[in-house]
Amino acid sequence: MNKIEEMLARAPYLRVNEKLTVAILTRALREEVEKAGFDRVILGLSGGIDSALSLYLCVEAFGKDRVTAVRMPYKTSSPSSLADAQAAIDDTGVESLTIDITPQIDAYFERFPDATPLRRGNKMARERMTILYDLSAQYNALVIGTSNKTELLLGYGTQYGDMASAVNPLGDLYKTQVRQLSAYLGVPQQIINKPPSADLWQDQTDEGELGFSYFDVDRLLYYLIDCRYTREQLSELGFPSDFVEGVTRRIVRNQYKRRLPVILKLGDRTIGVDFRYLRDWGL
Amino acid sequence: MRIGLAQIRPALGRLDRNLALHREMIQQAKEKQVDLVIFPELSLTGYQLQDLTYEVARTMDHPEIQEMVSLSKEVDLVFGMVEESPDHILYNAGVYASGGRIVHVHRKVYLPTYGMFDEARYFGRGRNIRSFETRFGRMGMLICEDMWHVSAPYLLAQDGAEWLIVLSNSPARRVGSEGLGSEQVWHRLLSNHAMLQGSYVFFAHRVGVEDGVTFFGGSMAYDPFGRLIKQGALFEPELVLVDVKPDQIRRARFQMPMLRDEDVELTARELNRIIARRTEEGTRS
Repeated sequence: MNKIEEMLARAPYLRVNEKLTVAILTRALREEVEKAGFDRVILGLSGGIDSALSLYLCVEAFGKDRVTAVRMPYKTSSPSSLADAQAAIDDTGVESLTIDITPQIDAYFERFPDATPLRRGNKMARERMTILYDLSAQYNALVIGTSNKTELLLGYGTQYGDMASAVNPLGDLYKTQVRQLSAYLGVPQQIINKPPSADLWQDQTDEGELGFSYFDVDRLLYYLIDCRYTREQLSELGFPSDFVEGVTRRIVRNQYKRRLPVILKLGDRTIGVDFRYLRDWGL
Repeated sequence: MRIGLAQIRPALGRLDRNLALHREMIQQAKEKQVDLVIFPELSLTGYQLQDLTYEVARTMDHPEIQEMVSLSKEVDLVFGMVEESPDHILYNAGVYASGGRIVHVHRKVYLPTYGMFDEARYFGRGRNIRSFETRFGRMGMLICEDMWHVSAPYLLAQDGAEWLIVLSNSPARRVGSEGLGSEQVWHRLLSNHAMLQGSYVFFAHRVGVEDGVTFFGGSMAYDPFGRLIKQGALFEPELVLVDVKPDQIRRARFQMPMLRDEDVELTARELNRIIARRTEEGTRS
């Protein structure tokens, strides 16, 4: 049994019906993009599993000729990330671009030589997103998101950076489910097998930085968020209370990243508060 | 008798485009010798209307509604709309039209306002659950969440309905390892009520996506024994044709005479007692 199957065997409630999930996600992707008047999509490809799965879903939904993948390395990015992204590009046959973001990032941080890795990482994430949005105008394409439910809940991402997009097919899938679907859709093994990393410095891994594994936190999130278990019930299932508290604090603290900007109310109908329409309004 | 379940993909807030979809489906149904075409919940407007509810609401004498009603001259029609009442209350309504006139209007009674649903914020609550005569016999209409209340199909059957029509907009949810949770519970629900009420049940459901929410389609028909006789495609628009034999109702009710044996007086008496107890408890200090 491979690693993903082992995890799903231990947590069968995280398993999704692959065929059905792909059917729903690809149809919804196509409909949301086409309703908005676009017939192309564009996405950033980091070499990691999330953007790879987004790419494979887009190819399923639109065919390879309507999908553009963009690689945006910085000088310290691992060469293997670039190669892994290339493997996905070769496998799907989509058009791709590579844009080195080193010049603009370095030019900016010349003014702030002491900037922390956090600031640098956030700046890179936002730089990449401005590039994607710029190219989306050139290609007349919508930007497709690559943030999964685990990251979104934990707030483990950069607001208006990698968390930005027009349509996000992964936002209701936990990382473990991203792994399951990636295997199903044939994402290259080298991408599936490597430890998830934001690739901000050498040997950085998400799980090292977060202090827990995605599999552990996905199991917790399933019970905490989907099943609304109480602290006592979670403790009975064997989740350590400091783990539960830490994750809960993260979810609460990062709620701001998941919401539109707060609008200070004056009128009778305020956008988002009592002026309420879906984005698909009339489309 | 041939029923057509019109599994359409309405555009949110676009009555013009949705009317065109209705006309196309009705034309197709006529070509297939359909006797009754059933559209889904809010088929003229789309589902998650929010503030659009006020803009797409129509009085029953509005030309767009009258146009729909006039299309019922050759084939009976059931469609969903936002009804504006004479006192300007908006209802999530299902209309049965036949011979160019409105035969019955059902205003959704149970408005889901929990989880992803927000209906009671926009809609007034229907106050009646009644069956009605048609040229095919006595029918009853329910809208989506209504069917989740045991009393609703029960009342319709007690009121003489032999055909239950359920107009629905049900989002695809709970995609587990076994399949689509929201579809599976509908199967169980419709099957049970078809069997318990000894009635045909027709579930007309939409397809399409609204802000990332997918409606799964898969419109269904159950016979009075609780057996699935037809299901439409998942996710794709389709006119689902169902041929039914009214004699099945008679046979089912002979075989399982729950309707005959049902004691409505007992039900009414116990309900009155329960109401009294609950109200009393509610006021007890």
